[in-house]
Amino acid sequence: MNFKDNKAIYLQIADRIGDQILAGHLTPDGKVPSVRELAAEIEVNANTVARTYDHLQQNGVIYTKRGLGYFVSPDAQDKIVAARRDQLIKGEMDYFLGQLKAVGITPAELQQIYSDFLGK
Amino acid sequence: MFTIDQISFSYNKRNGDLLHDFSLELKAGNVYGLLGKNGAGKSTLIYLLTGLLTPASGVVLMDGENVRRRLPQTMSDLFLIPEEFELPRLTLKKYVSLNAPFYPRFSMQDMERYLDIFEMGGMMDVKLHSLSMGQKKKVFMAFAFATNTRALIMDEPTNGLDIPSKSQFRKLVTSGMTDDKLMLISTHQVRDISDILDHVVIIDQSRVLLNAGIAEVMNRVAFRPLREGDEPIFVLQSPFGPLGAVPARDGEETKVDLEMLFNAALQNPEAINQLFTTQK
Repeated sequence: MNFKDNKAIYLQIADRIGDQILAGHLTPDGKVPSVRELAAEIEVNANTVARTYDHLQQNGVIYTKRGLGYFVSPDAQDKIVAARRDQLIKGEMDYFLGQLKAVGITPAELQQIYSDFLGK
Repeated sequence: MFTIDQISFSYNKRNGDLLHDFSLELKAGNVYGLLGKNGAGKSTLIYLLTGLLTPASGVVLMDGENVRRRLPQTMSDLFLIPEEFELPRLTLKKYVSLNAPFYPRFSMQDMERYLDIFEMGGMMDVKLHSLSMGQKKKVFMAFAFATNTRALIMDEPTNGLDIPSKSQFRKLVTSGMTDDKLMLISTHQVRDISDILDHVVIIDQSRVLLNAGIAEVMNRVAFRPLREGDEPIFVLQSPFGPLGAVPARDGEETKVDLEMLFNAALQNPEAINQLFTTQK
């Protein structure tokens, strides 16, 4: 698995798992691969993957059943969308809006572009 | 699992000690990366660790036993993959049947699985001397992992491996590792192994400059473009502005850059030491 340089690996793995859940490849109450399975699969240290699972559990995206492993929370998709919305508004959006301002795109123009995009 | 206690060693007394009063503790359940410049003593340390060299003073213990005594109980639980080695003129099957009995936890099933990972399945009848260097390395590595010794020590394991086998090697480590095992990988190829380590040990001039878990490194050091107010411990000029290793601020977490960490430790050992010894 290839990682970007700008984000902790355990969070990048969490993002990929989030993608799988949003795309429906991992379904509510479905089993998530074990820490060791996933670590071997993506060639990453098992403790890093364990940290990913801790993070996802704290955010309510997955839950554990004792002795059985990790499962996708019923409302995982909502949780992921809410977290990503938050991240987008606080993070990437800031950079994007800065770029718009730098090249002089007005709010009206932006609205037009976004409406066109949604109408596609 | 290993206690290296105040060892000194030199190949030639006139040149002074290569390792002097050197101590280090290595614990089960970790994949260690051992980093150091050429001539820093990494391979020597590995030979001392595996009982192939005798320290002039001090001792190396594995589970409380002096490794230099080379007791069967120690040797059967310890495997070294040297950087370069010769294999005898035998078939792989014969080689395994001669050597596996020394390792009580050897598993033929694991051996086949590891050969498969290296895309070398069904090779048991192959003559070892007819293999290329890279293939020899893969076969020997598959055997080493299949012995299931608790300690597996590797000197530059990815040297001589082609592009796909570097990824396959990582798969061997991540699928073969368990909580009771210890793996130590000495290397210059930090990019090959940075994602699979638990722990990094950086040595220079017979000192341990850094001995820290990757999670701890992430909590204490950030690797990123420099910002106002940073007090970097290492700076790398780039066409897009300076990058650096800086004390992590406000709970920021970045991807650990071993190359930058290594350069920081060598260039600014006091700052690294201070950063890792202060309470957090």
